[in-house]
Amino acid sequence: MQSLSIEEKKRYSRHIILPEVGIEGQQKLKSTSVLVVGAGGLGSPVLLYLTAAGIGHIGILDFDQVDESNLQRQILYSTNDVGKSKAKSALTHLTALNPLINFDFFEERLDNHNALDILGNFDIIVDGSDNFQTRYLINDACVILGKPWVFGSIYKFEGQVSVFNYNNGPSYRCLYPTPPLPGEMDNCSEIGVIGVLPGIIGTYQANEVVKMVLGIGQVLSGQLLVFDALNMNQYKVKFQKNSDNFELTQLVDYEVFCGTKKVINLNDSISPKDLAIIIEDNLDFQLIDVRENWEAEICKIHNSQLIPLSQLGSKIELISTTKPVVFYCHHGLRSAQAISFLKSKHNFTNLINLSSGIHGWAMEVDNGMEQY
Amino acid sequence: MEKSVNSNKILFFGITKDITGLSELYLNLEGKSIATFKEELTLKFPKLKLLSSLNIALNHEYVPLDLIISLGDEIALIPPVSGG
Repeated sequence: MQSLSIEEKKRYSRHIILPEVGIEGQQKLKSTSVLVVGAGGLGSPVLLYLTAAGIGHIGILDFDQVDESNLQRQILYSTNDVGKSKAKSALTHLTALNPLINFDFFEERLDNHNALDILGNFDIIVDGSDNFQTRYLINDACVILGKPWVFGSIYKFEGQVSVFNYNNGPSYRCLYPTPPLPGEMDNCSEIGVIGVLPGIIGTYQANEVVKMVLGIGQVLSGQLLVFDALNMNQYKVKFQKNSDNFELTQLVDYEVFCGTKKVINLNDSISPKDLAIIIEDNLDFQLIDVRENWEAEICKIHNSQLIPLSQLGSKIELISTTKPVVFYCHHGLRSAQAISFLKSKHNFTNLINLSSGIHGWAMEVDNGMEQY
Repeated sequence: MEKSVNSNKILFFGITKDITGLSELYLNLEGKSIATFKEELTLKFPKLKLLSSLNIALNHEYVPLDLIISLGDEIALIPPVSGG
């Protein structure tokens, strides 16, 4: 364990005189590294208190810049910081608060490519993120790496706090196995949040970190604390560990898991209505019409590319191999032939048939379409 | 129903508070399962059905949905929240 300088003994004297902390406890704090993911409403008080408390190595991760509307609750920043990098501004303020701390800063978004590398360098992870994808990513990375993490989350006047993956305790997936669908829950920027709430919840999170490091009190493992700032109620609920949630060995696509990225199922066929949905959602795919020129002159689906079946063999290079490709013809037969040819002769695996053809499209989606 | 020993206290958190317009409610749920309670509540507040991830706690603990509620048991609806 790292020893304390005279300067540190003076700075942390109010800690050191507590029997629960003492010189040894302060040395433990100094010897601990903590990463705070997100330096916003929750991250601000977490970073300020952990820096003040003398956590020896602190990581600050945030990809964003300070916005004027952040200042109502993100107390780490001042008006002069508007427009500047949060990670860098946080570093400046925190270094001024406590120059004895060793800081790392990451001006990037936590994602599947960097999560294991970045989290791997720290003992404890604190969640100050503002979305479900990042929370499931932090959870899974912490499970894979065997690290505890302190969760915090807020909604209007209410906050939730818990500690996951601590001393063989349950994880975030044990508490919430499935994420809510997009749009079911909104975030602060959409619905608002009372400014002091992240201050309270973030301070609770910092308190959990300090208790974990010192080995004092009861850590909120296996329990969710819900705080209501309006009536000052604090509700605690116990939840059980599900060992299935600890079998994971790699990260998944969290945008798909949380439903924020829509995917086209590579089924063999698609209905006109589903095709209309993926067009409406602007999903990235190619739409190919394999009818003849004269037919396309009568009617066609917007943004489709005409490659008559008779010319398909010489125009293979026009067909995407990377994104889903939907084929259509009049009634679905020629498009099925095109797919079968491309699959067997050219090993395509990304092809989908509009099985009722443009006729089905006219019947179900575009009633005004010219038919033949 | 007024608060009394002959009732169950139900607490609403997060978006369930907005959907129901209530932070707490007293009902007699004796003999009903958590699942039945949830179903009946959803009939009253159909928007609750839209919540795909909603935990229901009985006496400060998550329990199986077939568990039968006794008088005096306290129930809480806790959806996940994502702000930060």
